[in-house]
Amino acid sequence: MAAVSLRDVRKSYTPELQVIHGVSMEIKDGEFIVILGPSGCGKSTLLRMVAGLETITSGEIAIGDRVVNNLEPKDRDIAMVFQNYALYPHMSVYDNMAYGLRIRGLSKDEISVRVKKAADILELDKYLARRPRELSGGQRQRVAMGRAIVREPQVFLFDEPLSNLDAKLRVQMRAELQALHRRLGTTSLFVTHDQVEAMTLAQRMIVINAGRAEQIGAPLEIYARPATVFVASFIGSPPMNLIPRDSKLLGIRPEHLEPCAASAAMLTIDVDLIEPLGADILVYGHIGDRDSVRVAARLPANALVQAGKLALRYDLANVHWFDPQSGRRIEA
Amino acid sequence: MEKRVVFRSAWLPYALVAPQIAITLVFFFWPAVQAVWYSFQLQDAFGLKTQFVGLLNFAHLFRDGNYLASFKTTAVFSVAVAGAGISISLLLATMADRVLRGAMAYKTLLIWPYAVAPAIAGVLWAFLFAPSIGIVTYVLKGWGVDWNWILKGDQAMLLVVIASVWKEISYNFLFFLAGLQSIPKPLIEAAAIDGAGPARRFWTIVFPLLSPTTFFLLVVNIVYAFFDTFGVIDATTQGGPGQATNILVYKVYHDGIKAADFGGSSAQSVILMFIVIALTVVQFRYIEKKVEY
Repeated sequence: MAAVSLRDVRKSYTPELQVIHGVSMEIKDGEFIVILGPSGCGKSTLLRMVAGLETITSGEIAIGDRVVNNLEPKDRDIAMVFQNYALYPHMSVYDNMAYGLRIRGLSKDEISVRVKKAADILELDKYLARRPRELSGGQRQRVAMGRAIVREPQVFLFDEPLSNLDAKLRVQMRAELQALHRRLGTTSLFVTHDQVEAMTLAQRMIVINAGRAEQIGAPLEIYARPATVFVASFIGSPPMNLIPRDSKLLGIRPEHLEPCAASAAMLTIDVDLIEPLGADILVYGHIGDRDSVRVAARLPANALVQAGKLALRYDLANVHWFDPQSGRRIEA
Repeated sequence: MEKRVVFRSAWLPYALVAPQIAITLVFFFWPAVQAVWYSFQLQDAFGLKTQFVGLLNFAHLFRDGNYLASFKTTAVFSVAVAGAGISISLLLATMADRVLRGAMAYKTLLIWPYAVAPAIAGVLWAFLFAPSIGIVTYVLKGWGVDWNWILKGDQAMLLVVIASVWKEISYNFLFFLAGLQSIPKPLIEAAAIDGAGPARRFWTIVFPLLSPTTFFLLVVNIVYAFFDTFGVIDATTQGGPGQATNILVYKVYHDGIKAADFGGSSAQSVILMFIVIALTVVQFRYIEKKVEY
């Protein structure tokens, strides 16, 4: 196990096309870090640079106390789980997991012990003789993890490993991943575009937008104090409402709005969409004319809402302010 | 899900496949049946009298040392052509797969030889290797190699193998390149992270995944070596010197057309027909079953 340092890491394919604009982060030994961002933001590229599958244009990546910029992937002591699992289709589950160990020259017995142990953890013991195509999506996912575990690497890299699973399985695998991390305690970098995955898995996360780190921090801390307009609108569903006020942007989460008497209204919206979710009701509307700012509110399930004007209030303690030019948070 | 077109009319489907069936009947089944028929008959040298002799032609063939020698020649020739053709094209395809800049030009150039007619390919190589005026002969002489395929059987064989392989490489190359490009990149990356170097990745991941392609090409190349190399041989060695390059298909032509042994030639072509049928069966059975992962 090891710490990972990213020091002003940059990537450009041509001088004009830069995709990572200087990301720095210190990852502690054993930490579970989620790299979160929309598709095409460079998060996978960043992970692949750690893996050694992409060259580093400038800056430094260190695993433990070794700078790995010029090391081949095999010399970095990392294991990676790919989005499409990348299992070797012509090998059995056992051979898939044993492949890397054989190359490292481990003895037959040692390999067998390690593979059995991983299969045990992942409940794959019954499938060791099968080929990947004979497995379900969730089982393939486990094999891909098994292949990473048996190597006992210093760092696990996950490239959107859950995105090909159906919703139910994804929740289950999320829990298994957490359990696995508690058990092994290996430093992990996990790339996703799914904020729920990020919020639930991360000890700390790094939010990336267009190749820049927008914010680094614990999930709840980022949720409570988003550093930029991008983070505010990317995390949370529905996202934070951003309303122009006095040449600034007022941010308020949907769950921090509550209905009130018209005389006490701090915000009045024209409701045009009501989504009762059972546990609560999502109400969408706009302030003033149709093209103006849209606002979403998460109201208790028993709230009486109907189309038309709705008066809302909020607690000033829950308000965030942003500078519309720079997009940065303004500290109160 | 199988997609099916359902015709309301009873005769329309038959009418639509009729041209294809007619062509197959006229240009394949008819000559095939004729060959079988002639293989049971013996003609005099002037074609005046024909006599039914049963399996006598076949019996003669298997007692004929020249015919058995031709089997051996064909085996050597086809193994050499298929082996060299597949290895070289796999090497070229693997290299082309890595080329990023100018890949189109590289690929186009490699595909060109396929457009050259076999006879022309034969003549081209015959000129290059011509004992008196060939440029390659000149170079070889410089190295002290006495090159004369007109007199030396081994060299004649080498020449027709080179010419045949050269023509077949393009075809193999296309299939291998397509096969290589259909192997998902993450598989290779996963193997790299698992610690496999380029050679190991090739032999443990890429090559096994290409095995369906390789097997298909093996069968196709053997069929090619058996039949389509006729033009190459006719334009260069014409089966000589002696019997050195007289492969089965060339012997059919030589014995039938030049030596006017109609019955014997037909018997040979019937045997060839069975070889092709056997190869086709092998191909279909294995492509559908074994070479799949």
